[in-house]
Amino acid sequence: MANQRLEFEVVVVGAGPAGIAAACVAAENGRTVAVVDNSPWLGGQIWRGVQPGESLPVAPETSSPSPRQQSAGRGPGRGAQTQSQTRAGTASCGDSLLSPALSSRGGEGEPRAARDWLDRFQKCGARIFSNATVFAAPAPHLLLAETPDDVLELNWKKLILATGARERFLPFPGWTLPGVLGPGGLHAMSKSGWPVAEKRVVVAGSGPLLLAVADGLKQEGARVSLVAEQANWSRVMRFGVGLLRYPGKLLQGVGVKTRLLGVPYRCGCWPVKAEGFAQVESVTLSDGSRSWSEDCDYLACGFHLVPNLELPRLLGCAVANGFVSVNEFQLTSVPEVFCAGEPTGIGGVECALVEGQVAGLATVEDWDRAKDLFRQRAAWHHFRASLSRAFALRPELRQIATRDTYVCRCEDVRLENVKRCESWRAAKLHTRCGMGSCQGRTCGPAVEFLFGWDNNSVRPPLFPVRLASLSAPCNINKNPLETERPSSGV
Amino acid sequence: MRDHLTLSVNGKPVSVPPGSLVAAAVARAGVSSFHTSVHHEPRGPLCGMGVCFECSVTINGQAYCRSCLTLCEEGMEVQTHG
Repeated sequence: MANQRLEFEVVVVGAGPAGIAAACVAAENGRTVAVVDNSPWLGGQIWRGVQPGESLPVAPETSSPSPRQQSAGRGPGRGAQTQSQTRAGTASCGDSLLSPALSSRGGEGEPRAARDWLDRFQKCGARIFSNATVFAAPAPHLLLAETPDDVLELNWKKLILATGARERFLPFPGWTLPGVLGPGGLHAMSKSGWPVAEKRVVVAGSGPLLLAVADGLKQEGARVSLVAEQANWSRVMRFGVGLLRYPGKLLQGVGVKTRLLGVPYRCGCWPVKAEGFAQVESVTLSDGSRSWSEDCDYLACGFHLVPNLELPRLLGCAVANGFVSVNEFQLTSVPEVFCAGEPTGIGGVECALVEGQVAGLATVEDWDRAKDLFRQRAAWHHFRASLSRAFALRPELRQIATRDTYVCRCEDVRLENVKRCESWRAAKLHTRCGMGSCQGRTCGPAVEFLFGWDNNSVRPPLFPVRLASLSAPCNINKNPLETERPSSGV
Repeated sequence: MRDHLTLSVNGKPVSVPPGSLVAAAVARAGVSSFHTSVHHEPRGPLCGMGVCFECSVTINGQAYCRSCLTLCEEGMEVQTHG
């Protein structure tokens, strides 16, 4: 297995809104830019299934790179390799990964901004490496990413971390049953063929995502019987009134609520138990004083979002209050490493887009244009703060797991065993909590909420990878930049 | 572009629209348990975005593939471990 050695002036990790915006700005200003993302599509989770604007051909296989793209191949690793790399799971913009075919029915309902940005990205000249999971940073200015076929050695001068967020899951009896999924996850998969039509779905947990997901699932033909928000009505109302400052958001919200007429949205209640034989069949909810059951085929349950901090932490970026610390130009505590979007605070698409642009402009040292965006960014930071106030988790949620509930579902570690430990590290050592294949990504945020343990121990590989991929760093460590030695493979 | 792709899930043919995830093909085949946990309990996808590994299946002989991040291809052979 031969590694691909590539050099770029700017490498962006994550092809969600923040990463796309950052890459566009940097590439349009003449930099050689690579974007790495671990999924087969562009747009991150939030824009999954959205088609770019006018320029996407109906049959993407026949498309050729735009003239701009072909002429933009100035840096090493550009241009000539493109066609062969498409087969290896990587591609230039304009290849078929832009178009998850099932999404074509989306049409006019798709957010205009998403299509515009994806369209702009196609034309900007940045290279996209999809299906590529960054798993190590064995030397300064170097990342390793595993693709289905090989390992990419990405050398960068400036790095932008746009690693996004994931859903927070809290353990409760039955949460490991098949059919209990994250709301965002279920919605995202439903855009790629996961069957939801005619299925009875209860959406529960916390955050504005619940309503958006209920809306999306309903449009896909699901029968959404309830949206259960843990936050109290008064907090959610205050948040809703606050949306008056953000007309676009308000319109979105009104649209969603209108389409969800007939679907009850209950605040101040949460799931306490899921039951079923081989998969979930019903969920019991509680409002603190009474509990009741709802039959369902899927329970879509997630408690707002948590940032993906593994790569920033591996690189040594300072983290404060659960988010990556950045200065006004999105620069982290590590020189030449920038961070934008959800890892700096859960603020949504618009916030991510502005931060991504600021980071992109910072990499090209266009400080004035970056400063022009500060006011806009401040407004979205205000929105971000109101989000975290409105959807803060209620303390009752610390009581929904019972002693024999699995906290760590990779290793099947029960609450009673984790509870005996005094720290995350001790729990790892004594119970294997967080030591399974997800490497604590699922149970980490849960134990942080349950016990206040900081999940800050990160080491490579950041994801489980093939043994052959692990052999690569050995060569690189000895001679990071000079040799063209192929990896030995295992 | 084809209307449908055909792949096999646990030896049975399943037809899905192009652009479908392997996870979706498994679900469409009526399989809810993608693998079993270390205590032999049934598990299916949780996060749907490549984080939790609960959707892991064997694809064309390659064990431990995240079916929520893998798109279906014609003739693919998928094996669950539920």
